[in-house]
Amino acid sequence: MAEKGKQTMEIAYFPGCTLKNTAKRLETSALGVAKLLGLDLRELPNWTCCGTCFSLAEDNLMKQVAPIRTLSRAASLGYSVITTLCSVCYNTLKQADLFVKSDPKRLKKINTFMEEEANYEGQIAVKHFLTLLDELGEEKIKEAVKHNLNGLKVGCYYGCLLLRPQSIAIDDCEQPQIMERLMKALGAEPVYFPYQVECCGSYHTAVHPEIVARRAYRILENARENGAEIVVTSCPLCYFNLKDRQKNIKEIYSGFKPMKVSYFTEIMADAFGLTKILENG
Amino acid sequence: MRLVLKKNDGLLKKIKAISGEDIYACYQCGMCSAGCPMGQEMDLLPNQVIRLLQIGAERQVLHCRTVWLCASCFTCTARCPKGVNLARLMEGVRLFLLRTQKEDHFSPQQMVKEPLPPIALIGALRKFTT
Amino acid sequence: MRIGVFICHCGRNIAGVVDIKALVDRVSTLENVVYATNEMYLCSDPGQRKIQEVIKEFKLDRVVVAACSPKMHGATFARAIEEAGLNPYLIEIANIREQCSWVHQDLRKIATEKAFKLIKAAVAKVALAKPLEPVYVPLTRKVLIIGGGVAGIQAALDIANGGFEVYLVEKSPTIGGHMAQLDETFPTLDCSACILTPRMVEAARHPNIHLYTYAEVKQVEGVVGSYKVTIEQKPRYVDPEKCTGCGDCAEVCPVIVPNEFDQGLGGRKAIYIPFPQAVPAVYTIDLEHCLNTEKLIVCEQCYKACGPKAINYLMGPKEIEIEVGAIVLATGYDLWPIENLREYGGGEYPDVINGLEFERLLCSSGPTGGVVRRPSDGKIPKRVVFIQCAGSRDPKHGCAYCSKICCMYTAKHALLYKHAVPDGEAYVFFIDVRAAGKRYEEFVQRVMGTDGIKYLRGKVSKVFQRNDKLVVWGVDTLSGVAVEIEADMVVLALPIVPSQGTKELAQMLKAPTDEYGFLSEIHPKLRPVESSMMGIYLAGAVQAPKDIPDSVSQASAAASKVLSLFSNKQLALDPIKAEVDLEKCVGCGECAKVCPFGAITMKKRLDKKKRKYAEVNKALCQGCGCCMAACRKEAIQVEGFTLPQLRAQIYAILDAKPTKVEIKKKEGGNEDKTAIVKPR
Ligand SMILES: Cc1cc2nc3c(=O)[nH]c(=O)nc-3n(C[C@H](O)[C@H](O)[C@H](O)COP(=O)(O)OP(=O)(O)OC[C@H]3O[C@@H](n4cnc5c(N)ncnc54)[C@H](O)[C@@H]3O)c2cc1C
Ligand code: SF4
Ligand code: SF4
Repeated sequence: MAEKGKQTMEIAYFPGCTLKNTAKRLETSALGVAKLLGLDLRELPNWTCCGTCFSLAEDNLMKQVAPIRTLSRAASLGYSVITTLCSVCYNTLKQADLFVKSDPKRLKKINTFMEEEANYEGQIAVKHFLTLLDELGEEKIKEAVKHNLNGLKVGCYYGCLLLRPQSIAIDDCEQPQIMERLMKALGAEPVYFPYQVECCGSYHTAVHPEIVARRAYRILENARENGAEIVVTSCPLCYFNLKDRQKNIKEIYSGFKPMKVSYFTEIMADAFGLTKILENG
Repeated sequence: MRLVLKKNDGLLKKIKAISGEDIYACYQCGMCSAGCPMGQEMDLLPNQVIRLLQIGAERQVLHCRTVWLCASCFTCTARCPKGVNLARLMEGVRLFLLRTQKEDHFSPQQMVKEPLPPIALIGALRKFTT
Repeated sequence: MRIGVFICHCGRNIAGVVDIKALVDRVSTLENVVYATNEMYLCSDPGQRKIQEVIKEFKLDRVVVAACSPKMHGATFARAIEEAGLNPYLIEIANIREQCSWVHQDLRKIATEKAFKLIKAAVAKVALAKPLEPVYVPLTRKVLIIGGGVAGIQAALDIANGGFEVYLVEKSPTIGGHMAQLDETFPTLDCSACILTPRMVEAARHPNIHLYTYAEVKQVEGVVGSYKVTIEQKPRYVDPEKCTGCGDCAEVCPVIVPNEFDQGLGGRKAIYIPFPQAVPAVYTIDLEHCLNTEKLIVCEQCYKACGPKAINYLMGPKEIEIEVGAIVLATGYDLWPIENLREYGGGEYPDVINGLEFERLLCSSGPTGGVVRRPSDGKIPKRVVFIQCAGSRDPKHGCAYCSKICCMYTAKHALLYKHAVPDGEAYVFFIDVRAAGKRYEEFVQRVMGTDGIKYLRGKVSKVFQRNDKLVVWGVDTLSGVAVEIEADMVVLALPIVPSQGTKELAQMLKAPTDEYGFLSEIHPKLRPVESSMMGIYLAGAVQAPKDIPDSVSQASAAASKVLSLFSNKQLALDPIKAEVDLEKCVGCGECAKVCPFGAITMKKRLDKKKRKYAEVNKALCQGCGCCMAACRKEAIQVEGFTLPQLRAQIYAILDAKPTKVEIKKKEGGNEDKTAIVKPR
């Protein structure tokens, strides 16, 4: 496996702040999985925060400097693809990329802002890790499975930022299948639940935990109603809202029963027999 | 209550300059409101925010909770038949307020005191403060 | 030569920009101009009379009118000078409105100068004009109607009753189109089949109508007056002469497949008739599902059961060639695929259905015998949500237009549902209710006032399944509340789109379509039933979404256009057509190669050398001028637009004259003629 990996392309890997902080499990499991599958992920040296939440202001290019600087650095190191694990980083990088690319004047202006960097020409493809896995193909994933998930009923939760706006969607934004395909390849049984594309409340968790708890309650209950035993996600913020806010849910809805929540990569690591790696961090 | 409508495109122009969105593209079908995950928490429905701007009743918009509750989830943007990027428009109103009022909507002190993922913190700071 | 120039003010349209008085003065000095004048409105009766008087008084032999576009009034002025005794082709229109005053509103001086040049050019051109006579071509007074829906049937009956032969070609095994699938029709709620089937029978029995069902138009050649058409008739494997329509065959057929006529909600056999009143009442074997193949016969059940021995497994497709003088397009519409609406679970949830499916569920001769049952489990739905504009008026989904009929049929659906399920509830989501038709608004008001029917103003954002219910997330923008409805069934009013195959058909006929694929009319207000391709007429939903009254009106209008065309024995065509100068033609054949209409054939001369020459079929020639540009010998020219005329126009505008013609021998021996123009 590792030998084969040598032939594959090196891919720039942008972790983002949260993966080095509360979402360590996402990173460790993903990197383990990537290595096993021969995906050559190289963490960008001296990366900076992408800024979180793509800035929607048309009149303030300064807010795009952080994500574009990252892309520019990847480009000057000779990468053509950059990948992220976190949905928020993915959304921010991709939207920023499209936003500056869509207007040559904008691109020029932002390059002037980032004097210290090499000019960014829009040559980097921003891909979420899920897309890389999907491109790798089902067969490759199946080959790597050591412990088949034996029909584990998984609710794949996409949330917002992998699918919307449409210009950055990694799959159909109403009924995505990309995570389902992956789960099937692991031997799990993905269950469709309509709330899989509904927002969890996002950053409101910092000021309105009760709103987020209400959102999370509906999402988790909907997954349960449709037969899910576990909910998987790729977003550390969704993960926090769906998992850590369960205690707040309990305060509002006393009958609420806990639901397992996990990163999709953790499930992969389990199926690939990489649990050890995970435990050791 | 009867609202006296006056010509005042100033605010509209500013919001347009910030957001780049044309509010008159909206034909008030309400699809945004029908699908908004935060709708239950809002005082104005998303389509009403646009409607009030369209008719020039801007006061209501500047004082509503809705724009602050919008979570930039892009559900409305993805489904709007007329291609209005409502998430941008909401940000336009927020930024207009943040820039003109010189006062944050939430100060960092008002945020929950528990360990949060950095994206939650930074996200909230970006949306609620200048 | 005595040319008169008439300059029109067009109220302030021209006079407000162009200095008319100065123009008249300057124009008067032009060579050959014996009279120049101006008039407030030349197109008015007094304006035209003025032209006629001046022609007589000043013995004019040519006329220039400086006014609006010739597209607007070219024909009016030609007729006016003809009435005054001049040949109608001895006139030239200088367009000083669209091409001058309207586009140079703030440039009075320059506009006046430009107007002068345009008039000068027109004078130069008309000086070289020759009197022309219309070209008469033979007219085959028979018509082809493609599509046997209510529009096609209506047009066929009208033309046939007018005494002319009609070929009606329908691709499905029966005529009737979508109207045959409907239950009751708005706003009168009369039974669709009851009013349609007598018409279908009448069409089939009419001595002037040749009906080809299960057939398609394969090829069309020629132009207005004489089209050669090839029709391909698919094999039914049942002899229509022998079949009595008894249905004994279908009884024994072992294969059951979804019935298209019932929108797949019911079944039919592989040998079938779409519905009992189908016309012709002849069974058809659908080879795709029949156990037999073209090569192998494994089942003979129907053959054995058929008393009159009508079944013939060896039938093949048949080609029929006909000749007609005009074509009516009436290929109708399809519904946009429901799968496009992923947010409503279209194609995903069996109980999210389209309007035609609902019609079949309402219909007493439908798959459920008129009991409204939902497709998934056959239960009677107690709460139905109707969603209007589900894809229409939705530029994001590529369908910016209003489908026009769905407001009305949704109101009808809600009411008929209440009739069928009195304790049921109907919810209708609408953005606007468009009920502009005779008695339409009254009908909608009646529906809105019916107990158990609730109209909610707003769109639905999402539909999803919860247990055996469909959860609908919508909004009522009037009250400002987002709502959730747990429904048993959801009916989508999907966009009306041109029927499948219409695009290819339009391409074959060179008839233009709009950006959505609907056939375009030549003028949206004044000529709404004619294609800009002469000889092609439009009827029904093929042109735009239409309800039955509109489709029928348009079909009758198209029929009357055909009848007025057929009121002449010959077709008089505009003589603006290519003409070959046999002295100059060297028979190279370049013109024949470039002609987009195939109007030019190369013939052999009768002299000893048997050299070739070009011959123009005037019926086919459209006067486009491609040949004129291709001919190196200037041997082929379009009448009314000859090269000397065009040159004269150009020189007049450039204030120049050809001073020298250089003839260079190029390598390879081709002559390269260059006219050098120098400003004076
Ligand atoms: C759900 C629903 C309910 C409706 N209810 C009403 C109502 O209550 N009242 C009302 O006034 N209107 C109603 N309508 C509208 C009505 O169906 C149309 O106005 C009418 O059918 C239009 O007739 P048409 O002949 O133009 O087209 P169609 O009915 O579509 O007929 C076209 C015919 O052409 C044939 N064809 C297509 N392509 C070819 C080809 N290439 N070669 C040969 N043949 C071809 C087709 O097979 C078909 O037979 C309803 C429509 C819908 C969708
Ligand atoms: S969905 Fe779009 S068009 Fe409809 S009300 Fe919302 S913003 Fe306006
Ligand atoms: S006819 Fe009515 S329902 Fe249909 S698209 Fe137009 S407005 Fe919408």
